[in-house]
Amino acid sequence: MKNLILFILRNHYVLLFILLESVSFVLVVRYNSYQHTSFINSSAAVAGRVNTVFSSVNNYLSLNQRNQELNNELARLRTMMPESSKIDTLAAQTAFDSVYTQQYEYLPCRVISNSVKSANNFLTLDIGSKHGVEPGMAVVSAMGAVGVVKAVSPNFSSVISLLNQNLKISAMLEKSGYFGSLGWEGGDYRIANLEDLPGHITVRKGDVVITSGYSTIFPKGVMIGNVESVTAHGVNGFMSASVRLSVDFKRLSNVQVVRNLLKKEQLELQEMSENE
Amino acid sequence: MNNVLIRNIIRFVVLVLLQVGVLNQVQLGGFINPYLYILFVIMLPFGTPGWLTLVLSFALGLSVDMFCNSPGIHTSATVFAGFLRPYLLDSLMPRETVEPTDTPNIRIFGAGWFVKYSLTVVLVHHVFLFVVEAFKFSSLHLILWRALLSIVFTMLLIILSQFLFTRSNK
Repeated sequence: MKNLILFILRNHYVLLFILLESVSFVLVVRYNSYQHTSFINSSAAVAGRVNTVFSSVNNYLSLNQRNQELNNELARLRTMMPESSKIDTLAAQTAFDSVYTQQYEYLPCRVISNSVKSANNFLTLDIGSKHGVEPGMAVVSAMGAVGVVKAVSPNFSSVISLLNQNLKISAMLEKSGYFGSLGWEGGDYRIANLEDLPGHITVRKGDVVITSGYSTIFPKGVMIGNVESVTAHGVNGFMSASVRLSVDFKRLSNVQVVRNLLKKEQLELQEMSENE
Repeated sequence: MNNVLIRNIIRFVVLVLLQVGVLNQVQLGGFINPYLYILFVIMLPFGTPGWLTLVLSFALGLSVDMFCNSPGIHTSATVFAGFLRPYLLDSLMPRETVEPTDTPNIRIFGAGWFVKYSLTVVLVHHVFLFVVEAFKFSSLHLILWRALLSIVFTMLLIILSQFLFTRSNK
């Protein structure tokens, strides 16, 4: 016994080494045979805490990349939002009535580009041929006449604004029923010019000017504006007046495209009678 | 004496945290992983008793293993390196006498001696470590290649640490 203790004391260093190394190898072997030993479980509380700290530091260091990824994800989700898709099923207001034949159909849409500054202004709408828009259709807003569709693409249409020197529409004085031709001559975007009124009539300031409905474009009775002043008298027997437009072209957003369902029929008839 | 104890405790904690927090995250070239924590064993004071060296090596290896989820692997390698350390110091010890509380560092006997000493410890530790790890992996020559590259990086870090953190004792 004494010899054993002496042996241990003399060789304690090597024996301790063997002991510790054995423990290590037991750990290695146990770990290899059992995935989740008590060693891992008991240390998880401490090590897990520290590892959490380090991984949060790691996350912080890769913030730039994370932000980029999040931004990409945000863009992807935004693309999927209803707001970013155009609604293709338009609530075109069609009335079903056996007494009246439906002549005009209104397609609601939004103005996505607009100008009032140049001599010939155009608008762009967010609907196009896919939704039934064709060149030559009228565009109106809640406040009155806006313009005429000039060209269409599948999803958009380009509109000649009333504020365009090339556009003339048929307009009439609501009270008297006399009609003339309304156009814009540049300058103030709120004032248009009504020409070719008969020279003998009396026009007062404030008289309401509406569309005549004589062309196949605008329905009859769409508001255009009010007479501001009579500008020319008796030139070739005609007179003209300046008209304050009811539509504020500077803040135009929701408009309707007017589809004349009977346009073709009307044009064919007119053509027929002209040819005779 | 107290000062030496505190300094070694701090070294222990800092090296373990540096190892698991930084060096284990930065794997150079995919498979080179420097194990700087062995510097603690290298820099134990000259007068550390053998049994204490072994116990401290065991504790050090166990701490690193806890964070690496590799129980026993670092422990066995570190204990082995700690076991060889007294013999190594005996055979390499220059004639000059040192205080038992002095730590082996690059300033005390010069760069040549320190590199020879620390390289031996690192070599023993890393080769042992990678071979024990090879119980899990096959392909021995790849393991040895990994060990060799890791040894180079560990040595670079050890020498760098000597210039950064040791003051001249003289």
